[in-house]
Amino acid sequence: MTRTHRHAGYHAPDARGYYGAYGGRFVPETLIASLDELEKIFRAAQRDSSFKQEYLSLLHSFAGRPTALTFAERLTRHYKRGRIYLKREDLCHTGAHKINNTIGQVLLAKRAGKTRVVAETGAGQHGVATATVAAKLGLECVVFMGQKDCERQKLNVRRMKMLGATVIPVTAGAATLKDATSEAIRNWVTNVGSTFYVLGSVVGPHPYPLIVRTFQSVIGNETRRQLRKLTGRTPSHLVACVGGGSNSIGMFYPFFADKVTMIGVEGGGKGIRTGKHAATLSKGRPGILHGSMSYVLQDDFGQVLEAHSISAGLDYPGVGPEHSYWKDLKRVTYVSVTDRQAVEAAHRLTRLEGIIPALETAHAIAHLESLMPRTRVDDIVVICLSGRGDKDMDSYAAFADAARRKQ
Amino acid sequence: MNRITARLAGLQEKKEKALALFITAGFPNLHDTPSIILEAENGGADLVEIGMPFSDPLADGPVIQHSSARALRNGVTLKHIFRQAGELRRHSEIPIILMGYMNPILSYGLERFLAHAGESGVDGLILPEVPLEETPRFASQIRRHELAQILMVTPTTPLSRQRMIDQASTGFLYCVSATGVTGKRSKHPDFGYVGRVKQRAKKNPVLVGFGIRNREDVRRFSSVSDGVIVGSACIEFLEKNGKRNFGRWVRSLKQA
Repeated sequence: MTRTHRHAGYHAPDARGYYGAYGGRFVPETLIASLDELEKIFRAAQRDSSFKQEYLSLLHSFAGRPTALTFAERLTRHYKRGRIYLKREDLCHTGAHKINNTIGQVLLAKRAGKTRVVAETGAGQHGVATATVAAKLGLECVVFMGQKDCERQKLNVRRMKMLGATVIPVTAGAATLKDATSEAIRNWVTNVGSTFYVLGSVVGPHPYPLIVRTFQSVIGNETRRQLRKLTGRTPSHLVACVGGGSNSIGMFYPFFADKVTMIGVEGGGKGIRTGKHAATLSKGRPGILHGSMSYVLQDDFGQVLEAHSISAGLDYPGVGPEHSYWKDLKRVTYVSVTDRQAVEAAHRLTRLEGIIPALETAHAIAHLESLMPRTRVDDIVVICLSGRGDKDMDSYAAFADAARRKQ
Repeated sequence: MNRITARLAGLQEKKEKALALFITAGFPNLHDTPSIILEAENGGADLVEIGMPFSDPLADGPVIQHSSARALRNGVTLKHIFRQAGELRRHSEIPIILMGYMNPILSYGLERFLAHAGESGVDGLILPEVPLEETPRFASQIRRHELAQILMVTPTTPLSRQRMIDQASTGFLYCVSATGVTGKRSKHPDFGYVGRVKQRAKKNPVLVGFGIRNREDVRRFSSVSDGVIVGSACIEFLEKNGKRNFGRWVRSLKQA
């Protein structure tokens, strides 16, 4: 397991799981004993060298870590400013950063003596990563996925099924990640004795945001070592996409105390003035969703709004509590890009660097359009390339078709 | 004395078990709630919980999820709910408990919510997402408005914690019959567990809820507690039959 960083003056979360005013535990009483037990098991695992050994060994020999840090030479030349590096989480087994966390959590599930894991998934990457590790370690796996997401991420549904997982389509609400998460939590409440909930992002009740941050911090820690070896320096800018916010926390948290500009990019959907977006930090208000206090997209009556994004992984009206804290601290700048900007950026990256990114990741890349002109030639910009785009080929094609029809 | 406490004490004196009902506000139609509750009271209901609909009801099964979604489509808001509670209070002394999720309350403003609840004749709150650890944040404000804050114990609650929850709870102690969300369940009910909760609850009367559907459930759970709460089964009845004969159905439960 990656070392827990203690930054001077930054001790979040506190003992009750709060990041400033955000976080905490807002779940039915039935789950409290489980969360207490999970916290105990997690703390003990952090001190246990055999757990750490097993985790690191699986990251290395199964997930394929460390992942490369690629200098994006042609993209750098395209903008003629700072140097751009890509942290290649797309090269992880299963195609995204999600497996860093699922290896850790499924090992915790085994330690807790659970025989069954449940997970929610949006784009399907967390579902695939959970099903993969469950297969590897011999646990039963059930994944809840919004009906709409099952359709737009068909490939991942097939992968999960082949891995032996049961995929349950959720038709409630907008039939996307929010509804899948609610249903996964309901299933967990019902089967709490036998079941471990493998949560895919830095959201949910304490200690989940802390656990996911810890397991994803491998991204930032590796980046620091690799960049130092390549350039002898630390980055000047870090850019990552934010849905719930796990790849961005994993990249940002190890650099929290460094002099580095951090930018989180949310799904702007059809534009944040249209109301059809997933820009929770830009347009939401503090509230409670899925077990913690954080920014939430909601109407005037406190009913949670449906998010809109071409990216199933960003299509979520909540966000991790630590991101809400960092927004208020102004430590991280949160921006958004539209569906169209993301798709254009995906094509640019593909043509210039030979990497087809996931739609989620494409949002981070799109932000270079406004960031790079403001950088200097000696700046170093690192993008978390959180996932690969195989799963999104249909969405890319459909977007291109729709654009052609409009012309 | 708070109406909830008074009502439960009165029932205890008569050695009678309490029947509490849960009704989603604004369901099946926006303005149905007061008349449904008066009908229920005529049928013998002792307390009523009014569900405040939320878009993402984490602790609820499909029946209450659907009723909440329908009520929201009907346009129900907290303002309607306070108006309906006030109207009900003009006709009835039945204890009124609001049950729901935090986000709409925070959005309305907690202090404003509590003040309006008090003014409309509401007697208590059940907030299933707010566990013991988070109650101190709200406790003093809730007390100031003389509202009861009813907390839940479940089969996974450790013994020592159960005592603390009983101490912190006011009005009654809500005993969740089994793990899981509201509505019917496949597991066999564990009456032994409910009996143990009742035995250990030194401060509060114990009412049992979740999955109580018919006369037999009412009879069996009441025999080991101070009464029961019927929720999803009420919603199903109203869904199927509307308000017609609701009072008669309630009476059959009360006389179980």
